[in-house]
Amino acid sequence: MTDSTCVASLEQAGFSHDGGAHFVFRHVSLTLVRGEFVAVLGPSGVGKSTLLRVLMGLVQPTEGQVGGVACTGGAVAVQDPGRRSRAMVFQDARLLPWRSVLRNVEFGLEGLGLNRAERANRAREALRLVGLEQESARWPRRLSGGQRQRVGVARALTVDPDLLLMDEPFGALDAITRTGLQDELRRIWRQTGKTVLFVTHDIEEALRLATRIIVLAGGSPAHIVGEIRPTDAQRNPETQDFAHCAARLRELIAH
Amino acid sequence: MKERLSKRLRLGLGVFGLAVFFGSWQGAVRLGWLPGNMVPAPMDLGPAWLSEVRGGFWQQAIRDSLGHYCLGLLIGSALGTGVGLLCGMNRVLDSLLEGVIRLLRPVPGLAWVPFAILWFGLSTAGATFVIAISVFWINFYAAYGAVRGVDPELFELAAAFGHGGFTARLFKVVLPASMPGILAGLRTGLGQGWMSVVAAELFGVPGIGARMMEASSLLATDVVVVYMLTMALLYAITDFLFGFVRGYLLKWQP
Repeated sequence: MTDSTCVASLEQAGFSHDGGAHFVFRHVSLTLVRGEFVAVLGPSGVGKSTLLRVLMGLVQPTEGQVGGVACTGGAVAVQDPGRRSRAMVFQDARLLPWRSVLRNVEFGLEGLGLNRAERANRAREALRLVGLEQESARWPRRLSGGQRQRVGVARALTVDPDLLLMDEPFGALDAITRTGLQDELRRIWRQTGKTVLFVTHDIEEALRLATRIIVLAGGSPAHIVGEIRPTDAQRNPETQDFAHCAARLRELIAH
Repeated sequence: MKERLSKRLRLGLGVFGLAVFFGSWQGAVRLGWLPGNMVPAPMDLGPAWLSEVRGGFWQQAIRDSLGHYCLGLLIGSALGTGVGLLCGMNRVLDSLLEGVIRLLRPVPGLAWVPFAILWFGLSTAGATFVIAISVFWINFYAAYGAVRGVDPELFELAAAFGHGGFTARLFKVVLPASMPGILAGLRTGLGQGWMSVVAAELFGVPGIGARMMEASSLLATDVVVVYMLTMALLYAITDFLFGFVRGYLLKWQP
């Protein structure tokens, strides 16, 4: 970590499944600054999810460096108990069917030296933040797709991560639920001040949510083809600016 | 088409089926269609049972067999599930044991009896050993298959939330995720265990199986049938009780 505002970074990072013969992406450098909401935008299958897993520490980059707290979902430091440096929200929610909603949210808190009551309190707090406090005793299978995804967000938030990584979390939801959750995520982001990295192939979603959009495209290997910091006007879907910005992003993706 | 019958109706039909079974059996013996000296009539079973109870043989046989059964089941199930879990989780161990397993798997429980006598003598340990072996394989394959069937994405989830280590993965993902399969194995083992009790006591360790052998050598077919039904009853009870354990552990399932 070079300065205190840097939460995580990639330096000339590349990833290959076959040890370097073919790269999924290559020469990717980016720095995530505390408090920003970054969207990684790109077509399906370009390697956005892999990029996110490299940042998460779930896979090692084939070349280049990952900066920030490198250990996988590890506790940040001994003097900072009950926290993990990074947390992740998956596209398929990925709740454990044998745990109640509350116990699912507690999942990441286990092994951090908190007692049972502390874990439950923290989990309840996170569920309150996503508006699911009433559902804490239910089984995941009883929830709607949108509710499941919100539990996934609560589970990630409850470990108070420096960096929240989201892998197309609303991709499998219907349009109405999706917009509702986007607004809610914006609110939670403002409320908590978390640094968010959000992967999506949906241009409008990226525009509505992010303070910075990084376009990953090009294919074999993919690389960063452009970066946009939308203004407030560009973020509002009702405006011309929004349409213009979306058109520019579309061009970049087709690059 | 799948018909839906009410719980009460299904129970009623089951009882009716049993009544028809015993009724036609009784009728066939009474009418001379089945020779009475080869097949005992159900009505004769009551007195045979009473005399076994009065002599204390019945109670003693149940106590002995229940001991062998419970101990053998416990050891066989625990070892089978444990080794199955480890093999399912660890590719190296899995490959290492693959040949050994293929070698030992087809050996029937009965074939171990000479070794049981040799190693443990005519004792509880010998009978327990035979039961444990027959239950072991069922639980081994059930646990192994269940672990291999765990969604690999759950391991990624576990790693993302700091539970990527072996113990955390085992207790937070593998065990709960494969619990339905493991319990199915345990349940099959409950039945297999009772079947093995006969084999285990064949060579003279006292119990239901031994008592059955004694009776059959005296051609006391009514006593043999009394112990057959006793075993069926004991199985029904264990299976019924296991239903509660299963219901509790899998309460998250629809």
